[in-house]
Parts: sequence; C-alpha cells; structure tokens
Amino acid sequence: MMDTHSKSMTELTAGLEKGEFTSVELTAGLLERVEAHDEKLNAFVTVTADAALDAARAADAARAAGNVGVLNGLPIVHKDIFCTRGVKTTCGSKMLDNFISPYDATVVERLAAAGAVVLGKANMDEFAMGSSNETSFYGPVSNPWNLECTPGGSSGGSAAAVAARLAPAATGTDTGGSIRQPAALTGTVGIKPTYGRVSRYGMIAFASSLDQAGVIARTAEDAARVLGVMAGFDERDSTSIDHPVPDYVAGIGESIKGLKVGIVRQHFDEGLDAACGERVKEAIAVIESLGAEAVEVDLPNIDYSVPTYYVVAPAECSSNLSRFDGVRFGHRAEDFEDLRDLYCRSRGEGFGDEVKRRIMTGTYVLSAGYYDAYYLKAQQVRHLIADDFKKAFADVDVIAGPTAPTPAFRLGEKVDDPITMYLNDIYTIGANLAGLPAMSVPCGFVDGLPVGLHLVGHHFEEQTLLRFAHQYQQVTDWHTACPEAFA
Amino acid sequence: MSLSKDQVQHIAMLARLELSEEEYAESVKKLSKIVDFVDHLSEADTEGVVPMAHPLDVAQRLRSDAVIEADERDRYQQNASSVSGGLYLVPKVIE
Repeated sequence: MMDTHSKSMTELTAGLEKGEFTSVELTAGLLERVEAHDEKLNAFVTVTADAALDAARAADAARAAGNVGVLNGLPIVHKDIFCTRGVKTTCGSKMLDNFISPYDATVVERLAAAGAVVLGKANMDEFAMGSSNETSFYGPVSNPWNLECTPGGSSGGSAAAVAARLAPAATGTDTGGSIRQPAALTGTVGIKPTYGRVSRYGMIAFASSLDQAGVIARTAEDAARVLGVMAGFDERDSTSIDHPVPDYVAGIGESIKGLKVGIVRQHFDEGLDAACGERVKEAIAVIESLGAEAVEVDLPNIDYSVPTYYVVAPAECSSNLSRFDGVRFGHRAEDFEDLRDLYCRSRGEGFGDEVKRRIMTGTYVLSAGYYDAYYLKAQQVRHLIADDFKKAFADVDVIAGPTAPTPAFRLGEKVDDPITMYLNDIYTIGANLAGLPAMSVPCGFVDGLPVGLHLVGHHFEEQTLLRFAHQYQQVTDWHTACPEAFA
Repeated sequence: MSLSKDQVQHIAMLARLELSEEEYAESVKKLSKIVDFVDHLSEADTEGVVPMAHPLDVAQRLRSDAVIEADERDRYQQNASSVSGGLYLVPKVIE
C-alpha cells in the first residue's frame, strides 16, 4: 500500500487487478488524506465516507465475481454541481445549502455504473460563477502549490483535490473555462468536451448553451478513461448529441506526426504574462519535435469573445436561476409580506454578490430597449467567432496556446474588480462560444506555480486533443510533479 | 455608460432580488463597469450576420408525449419549506 495516492488510474487499475491492494484499502487511504489535508484546502463541501466505503466493498466484490466496470473501485470526486441522490448538492450556494437531491445526474449514474467510488462533493464558485473559487458560500479553496493562492474556478475544489493527491480524478463543468483554468493553475489535466457530448441532465444549469461537463485528472490517459464513461447520448438532455463515442484510451497512443497545430497571434499579446508565454512556447516546440507542424492561424473576432460571453452567459443565467423562488426547493426567507416579497427576499438572502451581479447583468441585456443592442448583437458576434474557428480548423488539427494569462494569483487579489476577474478566461471562452472541445495540460512552472498549455479541437475531436496531450506527456514529466506539502 | 440607481432598482425588481442599500451602491458601480465592458461589442461589424443561439447546427429533438417518470411527489416535496396535502404553500395572492 505504498503511495497509492500519487498513482494514476491506469496504475491503480493494474494494482487492483493484481490484488496488490483492494478498493476498500485504496478508498480508506484517500479518505484519511482528505481528513488530514482538507482543512488546509477546503476542497470538499461534503465527504461521503460511509457511502464511499460501501461502494468500494461492492467494487471489490464485483471484481471477485469477475464483473468489472471500466472504473471499478477507482475513487473520484464530484463537483457539487452534479445532483447526487440522497446527498446534499449545494452548487456552492447558500440557496441550496439545504438541498438533498432526490435523483442522480446522468454523469453520476454513469460513473457509478462503471464502478467508480465517490469520495465526496467538491467545493466550487457559487453556481459555477467565478474564476477563483472565492464566490463559494463555503469559503475559498486554496491552491495546493501555494495555500495563499487561488486554485482557479469555478471547478477549484475538483482541481485542488486532484492536484493534492486526494483523488486521481474529479468531475468538473466548464461554461467559460471552469475546468481548464483551474487545471492550469493547479498543474492538472482538464478537458471540456464538445457541447452536447456529455449529458447535462442533473447538472445544475448556469448558461445552457455553454455549459459542458468534463474531467480533471493528472494524466491525459486517465482523463480519456473517465470521459469515455461520461460521454454519450442521453435522451433526458434535449441538447445531447447522438454521435458515437470512440475508444479514447485506444486512440491516444497514435503518433501526432504530420498533424498541424494552429497558433493564434493574439493569444501571445501583452495580456499574457511573459514567463507563462515562454513555458507555452517551449511546450509547442516539444509538440513540433514530435513531428507536428506549427502554423499561424487567424481568429479575427476573438478579441470580442469575453464581452460576448458576458452578455450571453448572464442572459442565460438570469433565465435559469429564476427557478430559485423559495417555493419548491432551496432557501426560503423567514419573513415576507406577500408572494413577490417572498421571491425577492429568498433570492436576496440565498444568492451571493457575484451571482446577483450576473443575474442583474442578464436581466438588463434582455430587458426592453436593450435586447437588440446587447443580446442579439452578442449572438451575432458569437456566430462570427464560431465561423472564425470553423475556417481555422479547415487547415489545422488543433489550436494551441496558453490556458490562462497568469499563474495562480493570490486569494483576494482580484475579488473587487469583476472585469479583471473575467479576463482570466480570455483564452478559454472562445471554445465555449463555438461549442468546441478543449483541454489544458501542465507545461511547466513560473515561480513554483504551474502553467497550462491550452489545446482546442474541432467538434467531436476529443480524441485528437487527448492524443496530443498523451504524446506530450510521454516526453515530459510536468504532470508528475507533486506539491511538496501533499507528497 | 453609467447606470443610475433607478435603473439598478428596476433591474433588481425585474430579477426579483431584494438588495440592501450598500448592495445598491456597489451594484451601480460594478454593473456600470460591466456594461462599459460589453459595449465594445458595438464596434463589431455584424451586418447581415444570423444570431447564433446554439453552438451546434442541430434542430431541437422531439420525443413522444408519453409518461416516462414515476410519480414521486412526496419525495420531491421533502425539499420544500412549506407543503400541505401535496401542494406547495405560498402567501395568499387573491383576496
């Protein structure tokens, strides 16, 4: 039972198969680590220790009976945005502090059916609105590489748990960069698949035309393994796409020789920290040394992506979050005069500052007199951005660049300026607007903090991204680096 | 463009959000900044561009109008603060 916490899922599966350890031993070991370390990190909102040990026992029994799922006995963590039956599902909000989900999200159901063992629910920015995990009702999460820094957000708890070796993988969701930016800031791998690839059923909605579920892990191979289980058609999500799911793990071993990598000039402008830019350029040089060819591509409208997002996402959020009315579930004010007052007070008390700001921004851009100037305009610009990507992918297989403009910043540093905070997602938002798959891969350090390489692929080309990332990880070892305090 | 306190009050009312005085002051400042920021969109040339509502070029799927879920009202209502006889209770709306 030496060091199972730093092993990948591939290595853990081999250990379980050979009988070197059981899932119960593995699970108990990680639960002990959560107990020992999470006070520093605050990565978990809920630890489901008893249920995890029960699931581990069931996985060991299934293995003994020769009935083994793809993830049999492997511990994972769910972002607390995924509904889990009988377990508190908060979405990082006071609004849902009392919400016990009566059903499982499709993602939760599929991972459980594959034999995964859920250790608990990960902390996150409230309703996934944030880039630093500081908007959570349950307090900020710390970055395992420096506890005074943010792990990024909104999937900050998931990323911190994986980086600190509390779990080999975690689920996340990504509306504008919420898987990839925390992956970059914590030195983990994060993939957001094509829009419609993974079911959104039971995933608490923020911006429905942008939200996608994905994975944070330490290796591209593990991400491929988990994504393969999550992906696929689900009739309970009306935007789920009925498109075959390839065997992602089988595809990653292929060489990337002869493939083309697009480089976007604007992604290396003055907005990017110079040292981060160097790490990313070094990573691209490694990819070229593997036989891929780098070419410049133009995304002429990409500079509009953040303002476009901050119209479209709040608009959809204001509509989605209207369901929180204090009547059927969620926080309800104690004192109120009439029905409207019940709504206003329950929502005023239940939502935090950033969520209120996004709801109001969305309400404003959809309101009479402003709809055409903002919402319709943003939808038109979104089309221009999507078309730019389409043209670019006629010539290249992936687009590579930085995931985030800087390494992890200090907790509290950007909390008072929404625009500075929003610009964290400047390189990631385009993929959400266009519905494209994208991932972040650890590619080095700046002052002891990790840097991420961002890869964007064409629709349904997750396997191409995973292949690039895996091939890169075969010749680099950034992904094996472990924060000292969590070794 | 700067938003006025009246505008922010109107938006908060439409959004059914009760805000404190400090929250109003803060919202006027920060929402004005956000509106200034998204105003950059007016510089984009979108003449004749079709608005994009969905990231993939697909049509909404239909399903047959059949009962596919079991009736679990009692279980679902365990999350509500105030129910009676299977109904959700709210303040009286019609005198």
